Amino acid sequence: MTSASSRRSPVIVGTGLSDHPVAPDLDAVQHHVLAMQRALADCGIDKREIDGYMCAGGGPSGVDSAVNMAEYLQIDHRWIDSTMTGGSAFEFYVQHASAAIRDGHCDTVLITYGSDLLSKQGRMLGTRGFQGSGERIPGPLQYESPYGNVLVGAYAMAARRHMHEFGTTSEQLAEIAVAVRSHAQLNPGARYRSPLSVDDVVNSRMIADPLHMYDCCAITDGGGAIILTTAERARDLRKPPVHVLGSAGAQTHWNISQMGDYTRSAAATSGPAALAQAGVKPADIDTVQIYDSFTITVLMILEDLGFCLKGEGGSFVEDGRLRLGGDLPLNTDGGGLSAVHPGMRGIFLLIEATRQLRGEAGEAQVPNCEIAAAVGSGGWLSCIGAVVLGKESP
Amino acid sequence: MIEVIGRDDPGAPPLEGRPLPDVDNVSAVYWAAAASGELLFQECPSCGHRQFYPRAMCAACGGTTDWRQASGRGTVHTYTVIRQNWAMPFRELQPYVVAMIELEEGPRMMTNVTDVEIDHVHIGMPVECYVVEVEPGLGLPFWRPAGREREPGGM
Ligand SMILES: [Zn+2]
Repeated sequence: MTSASSRRSPVIVGTGLSDHPVAPDLDAVQHHVLAMQRALADCGIDKREIDGYMCAGGGPSGVDSAVNMAEYLQIDHRWIDSTMTGGSAFEFYVQHASAAIRDGHCDTVLITYGSDLLSKQGRMLGTRGFQGSGERIPGPLQYESPYGNVLVGAYAMAARRHMHEFGTTSEQLAEIAVAVRSHAQLNPGARYRSPLSVDDVVNSRMIADPLHMYDCCAITDGGGAIILTTAERARDLRKPPVHVLGSAGAQTHWNISQMGDYTRSAAATSGPAALAQAGVKPADIDTVQIYDSFTITVLMILEDLGFCLKGEGGSFVEDGRLRLGGDLPLNTDGGGLSAVHPGMRGIFLLIEATRQLRGEAGEAQVPNCEIAAAVGSGGWLSCIGAVVLGKESP
Repeated sequence: MIEVIGRDDPGAPPLEGRPLPDVDNVSAVYWAAAASGELLFQECPSCGHRQFYPRAMCAACGGTTDWRQASGRGTVHTYTVIRQNWAMPFRELQPYVVAMIELEEGPRMMTNVTDVEIDHVHIGMPVECYVVEVEPGLGLPFWRPAGREREPGGM
């Protein structure tokens, strides 16, 4: 840790969660604030030290846009990024912040996210459509909107194609929801904590064939914040740093009608790139936090990352492999399927990976957790950001 | 030539309240052609790339594209059955099929497959296009099973 490059090596030093899964007294901006306060307290950094800011917004009327929030939080930044790739924005942020910290554009970066989705907008994110009755739709969506697709339907078309090409079954997809629920049962802050079986999933109401209700993520309130800085600055902070070993992003399309291969995501590009940068293989990963918007999202990303061959995801996820005690515990906080999903889940993947690497996960702790991956999916399986984090410096 | 029917034709799917295109310089050509029974896609004279949706450029090489007329025959590439859409008018139409159709010529487009029992829809199913003229000069393509009697249901 003496060379100039290792001194500026990017690390996560602070994380904070606002209140979830139901927080009727907080609006989106307050979620950002609370999460930031808790992240500052987590590491002991003074707010005035922050010189980089990242925020994807997402709240109504731009109330929590990056520039609005930089003003509200009074972050006197010299570097700002509001890249919006959907729920994976936060994995892209780690990629961008790492480069900015290494290059000296800034020293200490704050990322915030907050959403009052459940309390203010209800539970219809995935099944409300995106346009009002009789609305005129510009741009590429003008070729989709007349036909009444919804968010779940987009993922359902990918699941249907995956089943057709590889024989993947609803029972195999259900394994993912069951594994994640078993972790939510250990999290008092999870939205859904009652026991869930494969039968429960496949017998639940069909929302968009072949995806059932329990193949779909929860809708909650919530917020998160992350503070990154240099390895050098991290030395005298409250907690041991978590090292960014690799980070990469890629995009295959935005609108679902433009997805070229419905069985393969951009994780096939960004996943191997992040792993290579970290110098690790899939088998070296101790826990994986994947954006479980829907069960099919996890299955496809596991394949694309190289945990198994394309098409073999169905058998890979069987036999409890993704549960605590298995080879590859998934979404150990209970995921978006059962714990927290305020609309853009990407930041929670990084916060949970950090919690595991710090050994702070309590009952949900993965033993000897040295390397964790956080993989976010944004849009309609469109933009996939992959981050590899480690307990030890690279 | 693709069959074009009026929005009040008994064979037309329910249209009231559907979001409709905000027509732009490029899409104007496509929607108007559909209303006259031509289903268009684009092809690049320099690199041969074929694409849908229409763009002001070739998505492969950045060049300028030509319009091509599709046969109106295709197959279901993937699909779903929407059983929960809270937005009107779809809330009253569910369950209905949303599908990606692969044109015989290659490009894919989103649509509803109509005039079919929902359980009969499958990947690879041959389908044919028909157009509903939703307003003068704006034709909205739909697809139904090819070469056989229409089935009740679907939408
Ligand atoms: Zn071209």
